[in-house]
Amino acid sequence: MIPGQFEYHAPSTLDEALALLAEHGSDARVLAGGQSLIPLMKLRLASPAVLVDLNGVDSLSGIEESDGQLRIGAMTRHSALERSELIASRYPLIADAAAVIADPLVRNRGTTGGSLAHADPAGDLGSVMTALGAEVGVAGPGGARTLSIDELLLGPFMTTLDEGEILTEVRVPQPEAGSGGAYEKLERKVGDFATAAVAVQITRANGSCSAAGIGLTAVGPTTIRASEAEDALTGSSLDDDALRAAADLAAAASDPAADLRGSEEYKRDMVRVLTLRALRRAVERAGG
Amino acid sequence: MTQIEVTVNGAAQQIDVEPRLLLVHLIREDLQLTGTHIGCDTTHCGACTVLLDGVPVKSCTVFAVQANGSEVTTVEGLEQDGALHPVQQGFTEEHGLQCGFCTPGMMLTSVALLEQNQDPSEDEVRQAISGNLCRCTGYVNIVKSVQHAGRVIREG
Ligand SMILES: Cc1cc2nc3c(=O)[nH]c(=O)nc-3n(C[C@H](O)[C@H](O)[C@H](O)COP(=O)(O)OP(=O)(O)OC[C@H]3O[C@@H](n4cnc5c(N)ncnc54)[C@H](O)[C@@H]3O)c2cc1C
Ligand code: FES
Ligand code: FES
Repeated sequence: MIPGQFEYHAPSTLDEALALLAEHGSDARVLAGGQSLIPLMKLRLASPAVLVDLNGVDSLSGIEESDGQLRIGAMTRHSALERSELIASRYPLIADAAAVIADPLVRNRGTTGGSLAHADPAGDLGSVMTALGAEVGVAGPGGARTLSIDELLLGPFMTTLDEGEILTEVRVPQPEAGSGGAYEKLERKVGDFATAAVAVQITRANGSCSAAGIGLTAVGPTTIRASEAEDALTGSSLDDDALRAAADLAAAASDPAADLRGSEEYKRDMVRVLTLRALRRAVERAGG
Repeated sequence: MTQIEVTVNGAAQQIDVEPRLLLVHLIREDLQLTGTHIGCDTTHCGACTVLLDGVPVKSCTVFAVQANGSEVTTVEGLEQDGALHPVQQGFTEEHGLQCGFCTPGMMLTSVALLEQNQDPSEDEVRQAISGNLCRCTGYVNIVKSVQHAGRVIREG
């Protein structure tokens, strides 16, 4: 299948990319890893007149800690997250998820920024960044701004990014002592989008839970934050009863639709099971 | 049309392409290297896998213009001076194919794996090739072929 015609630009700096977007307005689309956009263009579900390819903008890739935050450049490939020692040692939730996004070939192209900007409710990084309480840096004609992940993800394939804006990086608060996270994904086969998946991040201080984040993948029209489950965990002793109660609340927060991957009831129950498993692993990783 | 410069299997080429041309079509149609296959329309099968600057990617999901300034390796580039690449030897020795449709993609993914890890476990091979679908072999002999290739490389 052949995509429609378009005009192609390959800027090497963010400023050039922003200028191209400003010049072409609503005709233009950004091309990141292309692993969602190109399939859509092949099916002619997307036919942008102008593509601004970010693959040559080196300043948009990279993984580093600074100023109390982990910063992941928008063009950082899923495979770079998967192989990063920093991620493996300090951000187990991201490491878990990076290894199960799509398949290794897609991970060699697909990017963090592309995933979040695409806002697929079945995208794994949306719920991961929700659980982590991440924020995203955005550059645009009006200058730079910061959005929380909850502000960014608006609905199915919809974000609050304005025309001409580029998501430049994701910022995750550095984990405090006593933190742990885990991602549990149920997929029909390797490389598939989730039937259901759950991201959790908890912090334990003085024997009780001081912070909890829970994000749900593929069980609603957008990424879901299970706020009631988070609230119930916070202040609890993180014993198994507390984890079970939170898992029930997470299942109640899900809003799945029946499809080839399963019925509503099945998916909702899987949210319960996956939340419990993820919480148990997160607590173990948080130590003591 | 945009002019790109791309090195394919070691030979630098200057080619005029329409931006919408997919890399796989450049390879198969313009360059007549038909060892790279197309097995789906949805970026699922991996039959189109090539190495782009050494990294295995689905060439049906990259535009040819994006390969400007890059090196592309296809299955035709594996043989060197009449000698089969160790991965090709492995697939021959261990019967790593039946119909052969997935084989070029499988081999390129395996070449990239063996660059990083010359002694992969069965699990590591299965992980690495999990984006390449095979409808014939059940993967058992493919795993053996890749491990065989690893041995050939290690023994020099
Ligand atoms: C077979 C297959 C299986 C997959 N399975 C999964 C899976 O299990 N889990 C999962 O999470 N994903 C999965 N994906 C999607 C994959 O992770 C994509 O890489 C990702 O969704 C999009 O990232 P990209 O970099 O490829 O973006 P692109 O496809 O290049 O872009 C996607 C959209 O985001 C916009 N965009 C991209 N970058 C920016 C930016 N920096 N600023 C503003 N807008 C931007 C583009 O204009 C476009 O609209 C799968 C894809 C395939 C083909
Ligand atoms: S042809 Fe199937 S993934 Fe490229
Ligand atoms: S050998 Fe036939 S598809 Fe793999």
